[in-house]
Order: sequence, then C-alpha cells, then structure tokens
Amino acid sequence: MPEYQNIFTRVQVRAPAEAGVSLGNGNVFRQGKGFFFYWAGKLGDAQIGPIYLGFTGLLSILCGLVAFEIIGLNMAAQVDWSPIEFVRQLPWLALEPPPPEYGLSIPPLHDGGWWLMAGFFLTTSIFLWWLRTYLRARALGLGTHIAWAFASAIFLYLACGLIRPVMMGSWAEAVPFGIFPHLDWTAAFSIRYGNLYYNPFHMLSIAFLYGSALLFAMHGGTVLAVSRYGGDREIDQITDRGTASERAALFWRWTMGFNATMESIHRWAWWFAVLCVITGGIGIILSGTVVDNWYLWAVKHGVAPAYPDINVTPVADPALMGGAGQ
Amino acid sequence: MNLFTLKGRSLIVTIVLGAVFVAGCERPGHDTVQRGYRGLAMEGVYNPRIVDRKLQANIPPEPTPPVPSDGPKASQVYKNLQILGDLSVGEFTRLMVAMTSWVAPEEGCNYCHVPADFADDSLYTKQISRVMLAMTQRANEDWQAHVGDTGVTCYTCHRGKHVPEYTFTKDAGPAMVAGLAPTGQNTRSPTVGYTSLPYDPLTPFLDEANDIRIIPLTALPQGNRKSLKQTERTYALMMHISDSLGVNCTHCHNSRSFFAWDQSPPERTKAWHAIRMVREMNNQFIEPVAGILPDTRKGPLGDPLKVSCKTCHQGVYRPLFGANMLKDYPNLAKRSGAAKAETGEAAPGSAAAE
Repeated sequence: MPEYQNIFTRVQVRAPAEAGVSLGNGNVFRQGKGFFFYWAGKLGDAQIGPIYLGFTGLLSILCGLVAFEIIGLNMAAQVDWSPIEFVRQLPWLALEPPPPEYGLSIPPLHDGGWWLMAGFFLTTSIFLWWLRTYLRARALGLGTHIAWAFASAIFLYLACGLIRPVMMGSWAEAVPFGIFPHLDWTAAFSIRYGNLYYNPFHMLSIAFLYGSALLFAMHGGTVLAVSRYGGDREIDQITDRGTASERAALFWRWTMGFNATMESIHRWAWWFAVLCVITGGIGIILSGTVVDNWYLWAVKHGVAPAYPDINVTPVADPALMGGAGQ
Repeated sequence: MNLFTLKGRSLIVTIVLGAVFVAGCERPGHDTVQRGYRGLAMEGVYNPRIVDRKLQANIPPEPTPPVPSDGPKASQVYKNLQILGDLSVGEFTRLMVAMTSWVAPEEGCNYCHVPADFADDSLYTKQISRVMLAMTQRANEDWQAHVGDTGVTCYTCHRGKHVPEYTFTKDAGPAMVAGLAPTGQNTRSPTVGYTSLPYDPLTPFLDEANDIRIIPLTALPQGNRKSLKQTERTYALMMHISDSLGVNCTHCHNSRSFFAWDQSPPERTKAWHAIRMVREMNNQFIEPVAGILPDTRKGPLGDPLKVSCKTCHQGVYRPLFGANMLKDYPNLAKRSGAAKAETGEAAPGSAAAE
C-alpha cells in the first residue's frame, strides 16, 4: 500500500502517456504527445501535456504578452534602458496610471496612455483565459465551478483597476503595474480612506481568507489522515461512503460535534474562496464612492471602540488653535 | 545525516535559500516601548544595536569654559557686527571659537574671515554664517513649540562639517528615456526609506506649503477630492520623518486613525510645528541668500541645499539624544542685532502667532 505521509507523492505510477478523451466538433487538436518529468511527479502527476491551446488560449497568451511587453518596456524606459538598473530596481519600477488631471479622458501615451493600453490588453487576456476555462470545462462535460471562481477573482481585479476608478471619475485612482508600487498603492488606499480595517467588507474578506486557509488545512489534513483507507479517492467516497469517509466524519463529530460530508466540504471551500474576493471587491468599490473615512464610519455605527486617553491633556489640532493649518 | 540523499540536499538548498531570503533583515532582539493604551500596538520598536551605534555617533562636544558677560560690548571693539554685537568681548570670542570647532575645525577662522581684515564681508561663508546665526536664534526664541528648552546650536546640524551631512535639494529623479512623463516616484530612494513612494516629498512640503492632510474628516464623501497619488506624497513625507527620527509611525500617530489628533501622542504637535519651522528656515533664511552661494552648495537643479528633518535629527528622535548644548551657549538663545529686524513678524510657534 503506498504511503502518503509527506507533501511529496512517494509513488509514481507510470503508464504510456494518457492522451485524454477524444474531442468533439469545433475543437482543435491538442499540442504534443505528452512526456514524463520526474520532478513534476514529486508534486503531482509526472505527465506533462498534451496541452490544449485553442483559439482562446492562443489569443489570451498573445494579449498577455502584449501587456507584459508594454509594462516591461515602460519599466526599462524609466531606467534609460540600462539592463543593470533594470534588474537592480525591478521591484521599485512601475507603469503608473495617468495623473489625476486627465480624469477619465484618454491621456497621451507617455503620460499614462501606456498604462491604459496595458490594462486593456491584460484584461482582454484574462477574459479570454476565463472563456478558455469555461469552454474547456464544458468540452470535458464538467461543471463550470472553476470558471466562476476565476470570475470572482477577476471581479476584484476589475473593482480595483476599472470599476472604482470609473465611479471616481479618475484613472489615477487605479493600481499601478509594479511590485512595490502596487503595495504602496494598497497602503495609501487604506490611509486615504481612514483605515480599511474598519471597512466591514474588508473584515468579511479577511474572515473568508483566513477561513479558506483553515478549511484547506482541515480538509487536507482529514483526507491525508484517512488516505490509508482510500480516503484520497474522494469521489468514490462521495458516491459510495467507505470506512475512510466514516472515520473522517466520526473524527470531526467527536472533536466538534459536527462534520461536513465528502461533498459539502468542497462547497464550503469553494464559497469561502469565492466570497473572499467578492466581499473584498465590494469593500474597494464602496471606498470613496459611498464611504470616505471608514474609521469615522465605524465610530458612527459603534464598531470602533473608544480607549482610555493615555495623555494627561488630550492633544489638539494645532491648526485649529488660531493657525493657517494644513 | 548523509548530505547526498534527497533529504540532505533538500536541507542544504533550504538553508541556503533561507539565508538569502533573510539576508536583508535585522537579526532578532528588539526592544519594545509601550507608548499608548495597552493592546493597541502603540509601541516603539528599537534595535538596541542600532541605538548603541547612534548613541556613540551623537555625543556632543565638551563645552568651553564660560566667560563673564560684563565688560565692553563686542560692537564697541569690533567693526561691522550686524549680529551678536551686544555680547561681551569675551562671550563673542568664545562663541566664535566654538563655531569654528563646530563648522570649520580644520580651516579655522579663515574659513569665513579674510585674515587681513576680519570685518571684511567678501567671503560668502561669512555672510552665510550671519544668516545661519539669525536662523538659529530665531529657532531658539520663537520656535519653542518645536525645539523647547533644549534648543539648537550650529553643532546640532553641522557636527564639525562645513555643510550638514543631511540636506536636500529638488530631486530631478532618475535618468529616464526622453519624452516619458516622470511620475515622481518608483525609484530606489533613500529619502523615503527605500520605498517606491514619491522620491521628493521635501520640496512640496518643506519648501513649498502644499496641503499635507489627505484624510477626510467626515464618514461619508463630502467633497474631499484628495487623490491616492496625493496620499502617496504625504505618505512619502511621513517616511522621511520616520527615517530621520529613527521612529515608527506610533511615535506621533495612533495608527488606527492617523488623522485623529485626540488619539495622537503629543509628539505629533512637535512635528506639526517642526514642518512649519523647517519651511520658514528654507523660505526666509536659506533661499533669500541663494544668490551668493557657489554651485557646490546647490543641487543639480540650481536650488540651494536646504533643511529637512534629518538635517538636525540625523536618525535620532531628539537631536543628539536631547543633549542641552544651548544652556552652555546662551547667546544663541535670543535674537540679537540685525536678526531682530530681519524676522520681525509674529512667531508662528508662539501663542501670539497666526
């Protein structure tokens, strides 16, 4: 009996490469014959390919490549094409959205226009890839759960980069393409809107994020623990509950009095992951459009507690003490 | 363990990658100082090894022995004394000697004076010294809200150098391809603590008087149109202050609510006055005399070397860890001579101001 006591797959089953089910009309062929890669087999299945690229996949990669090139070349231009500086400063470099004075108009290329164009191609690429996940699931006769989970992540991406900037009437509100710059944007966003931790949708998003990690650990742990009884064949266990499923259920009933089922745990996990980005996106969209200062909003609604004053005399705004203040 | 097995090799790779990953970090062992109500993360975090280094680097020089303030006035003995004329000759000489050791210990008197005629104003350094003296006296007399009784002397900034180690000029930013509109950010800038925030927050806030406040004072949108890009500029200024003082945000703010004054530590008030004091130093003392400065005292865009928070603080929350040098040089504590006339208007730091 193979053992599953390691994050690595200990046993690699080798057979002639599996070509996959035959494709119906309207599908192009799959690329390659498939080959085996030992190290991939350590983490998952050792077989690589054949891959289905298709019309949407090919276009998605092309559009993604255009966006990647626009972003990369703009970053290179910021260091005067110096390859050394490009590598040294890569985490700092960014393609920034246009300055606020352009509003929602189309700016010249050199002053934010490239950002708009990169965003267009990246979004097109992502939508084509979404279509690909949808169509491939349908072609295989699957449900479209993965496509809709991906769509909810796309919603968060669009909330930050398109929906909220349009509602605010300024491209400048959007996220820059860059490693540190997008993190600085995130921190600035929280500061500007009076501390995002007091945004209830941010709270929900964090709850679903941490909840996802917790569910992942609980489910992964449970299945690994019962894999010695065949629990890793989860689909079998859904339709024909065996001793693995029984023991897993009993364990949770013993420890917390309630258990998910082999099927429902996946619904829990799917909804937690999906709601993480949906609630996050809602929280972003509401900032600046509906609520301007989440801390004050939380005080108004009794969410933010008051703490005892540590100063003997509370500090007052010096600008209000007869000054021209800023 | 045999290092040639899979486990052995994985272990080596993990250790090497782990070491690379944490190479830029300070090693653990930090002191935490509580600065607010418990449980709110209102605390300052200090690395005791860095604090030790700073303590070593911030020892003030021994004061020279005091001299009597009676006797003839310096203005009765020396010519062309536009400032410090009301000091006794002894006090005046003592201060000149101290200033020499603070600013030009190697060149001596001749750094500012023409050897043949000490009253001669032809060296720019002498004219600038006069302005700097007036600036120091102004700070000590009228900006008590910031400098308090500790005050400042020439040494606070100069530390034995002609030009203080930390000054700023307008930052043109990194060399970019011509035609690309500069965004004013996203470069590896020490000014803003190596973040990718706007690399020159000092010109708009410590030279010009742009609005620093960006957080709205109402829960719902009521007309505050401050953009995220403006927010990043303010954030960049705060990074400069944090870096200059060697402190966290919580030195001046309760981070749950950066804008709320009633929850802020009192240090925030000091910083508020500091920003205005530094702005005045740059606008009223340094820039008016930019014309007599040589190019070596100017930045690449031709503006003079200016004062930032780091000029005095040099990484320490109180310059020289609060050493009170001013009490040994009381002549710097009050405006004298021409300095009285030069900035005669109400003092922004005092209660009568603004």
